[in-house]
Amino acid sequence: MSLKLPIYLDNHATTRVDPKVLEVMLPFLTEVFGNAGSRNHAFGWAAQEAVERAREQVASLIGADPKEIIFTSGATESDNLAILGVAHFYKEKGKHLITQLTEHKAVLDACHALEKEGFEITYLPVAADGRIRLDDLAAAIRPDTTLVSIMWANNEVGTIQDITAIGKLCRERGVFFHTDAVQGIGKLPFNVASMNVDMASISAHKMYGPKGIGALYIRRGRPRIRLEPTMFGGGQERGIRSGTHAVHQIVGLGAACAVAADAMRDGETERIRELRDYLWTKLQENLDELYLNGSWEHRLPGNLNVSFAFCEGEAMMMAIKDLAVSSGSACTSASLEPSYVLRAMGVDVELAHTSIRFGIGRFTTREEIDYAVQNITDKVRWLREMSPLYEMVKEGIDIKSIEWTAH
Amino acid sequence: MAYSNKVIDHYENPRNVGSMDKNAEDVGTGLVGAPACGDVMKLQLRISDDGIIEDAKFKTFGCGSAIASSSLVTELVKGRSVEFAMSINNAMIAEELKLPPVKIHCSVLAEDAIKAAIADFKQKRAKKADAVSASASAAAE
Repeated sequence: MSLKLPIYLDNHATTRVDPKVLEVMLPFLTEVFGNAGSRNHAFGWAAQEAVERAREQVASLIGADPKEIIFTSGATESDNLAILGVAHFYKEKGKHLITQLTEHKAVLDACHALEKEGFEITYLPVAADGRIRLDDLAAAIRPDTTLVSIMWANNEVGTIQDITAIGKLCRERGVFFHTDAVQGIGKLPFNVASMNVDMASISAHKMYGPKGIGALYIRRGRPRIRLEPTMFGGGQERGIRSGTHAVHQIVGLGAACAVAADAMRDGETERIRELRDYLWTKLQENLDELYLNGSWEHRLPGNLNVSFAFCEGEAMMMAIKDLAVSSGSACTSASLEPSYVLRAMGVDVELAHTSIRFGIGRFTTREEIDYAVQNITDKVRWLREMSPLYEMVKEGIDIKSIEWTAH
Repeated sequence: MAYSNKVIDHYENPRNVGSMDKNAEDVGTGLVGAPACGDVMKLQLRISDDGIIEDAKFKTFGCGSAIASSSLVTELVKGRSVEFAMSINNAMIAEELKLPPVKIHCSVLAEDAIKAAIADFKQKRAKKADAVSASASAAAE
């Protein structure tokens, strides 16, 4: 079998729509085109039925009741709705929320928006392994705290937080707990009940579904969680999220959940983890001065985040142009600041500039990983040959002892 | 990053990568930038007694445009006078490579590297002249 280039190893950014998912979606762009809100004719009924089936599929994947699933345009909206919705509804009770430094911008920027309104936010630090300490969280919770938002798995380093323990603590202290679970759902088992989750954000395109659709799980029962909507209109989704249902997208999310449940049962998680482990082992065999970012133990199976010391990340990505990856290097960002996630974990800024994130997924093959290993090995050697820092280190010069002039 | 074909060409086929003996009397070495900022350039120039740059070598840790800027600079200065090299500024480099605005600092760094290498060379020359005059005056006494 011939290898098709370029090779996609950026499955944290987005995933390819599974052909099985696409097949289920297509009729909803053609003959089944009704508005799920049209209650008085067959076109509407067919659409509504499809939406409710998808709701069951999403609920089933995470151990929830279908009534607990709200469809949104994606995880950014889900995160915004959970955070702004709870903060605004309970602002008389308190105006304090807790999150962590390594959250996705959809959470951090929603929190920044609240700060401008006079809310107070605590941003918990993380340890070198990328996880928060439970003691820090316990100490941060105050009588006026209304919400804790901690992601399940990080999108850059794949670090998995101890959600069950965090949820338990929040419940004991009477604070609602939201988790951005997009990177983990469909890859690892997730159960809202056993993991003590009050709200969870889900995105279809991170799990082989279409872009532009997501969901927010909102626990029912006591104590009841109430949210102020961020969208106003036709009162769909129990008034929490108005807007005509994107039926084909919703069907796609549902199908992606069903396919993911089957895939996990068939050992997909283990297959992806083996490929990831193989990639890391081979790179270490071939190259020196590699640094793993994030916890190895508590990590998404498809994630590998490595700093290739002395090879700047953007130059590295240009060199390995047949591989689609991403970097925490400043030169790949508009802000010219290296990854805030790596910085929060205490990764040296020098090493942050050289970090590359690999995201292995459902469609990654062993053959592709073999190609990647050879390609990366060759290009790292080439770049190091050109790197004055690598030369200095090989001459025994301590780079840290030099007085560099920052620019 | 959307780079011009010139940047891509210099990045993929960098000119004059390598090192010279930094202790050699006719070699000036400029080491500019900082690892923490994501780019470090080392530029070395071999300069003849009559002030002609006979050879230029570089090694760069940095993004594609940093590598391309240093590669371009070695091409520009080789065979030219020290005066000409001193007249190269970052705008010329940025224009030649059509660098995007966020990458202008790479051309600044390349200009700094030339100036640092020539300064190092001049310092070596001055020391040598001092040593010569010192030994001359010692001999006269």
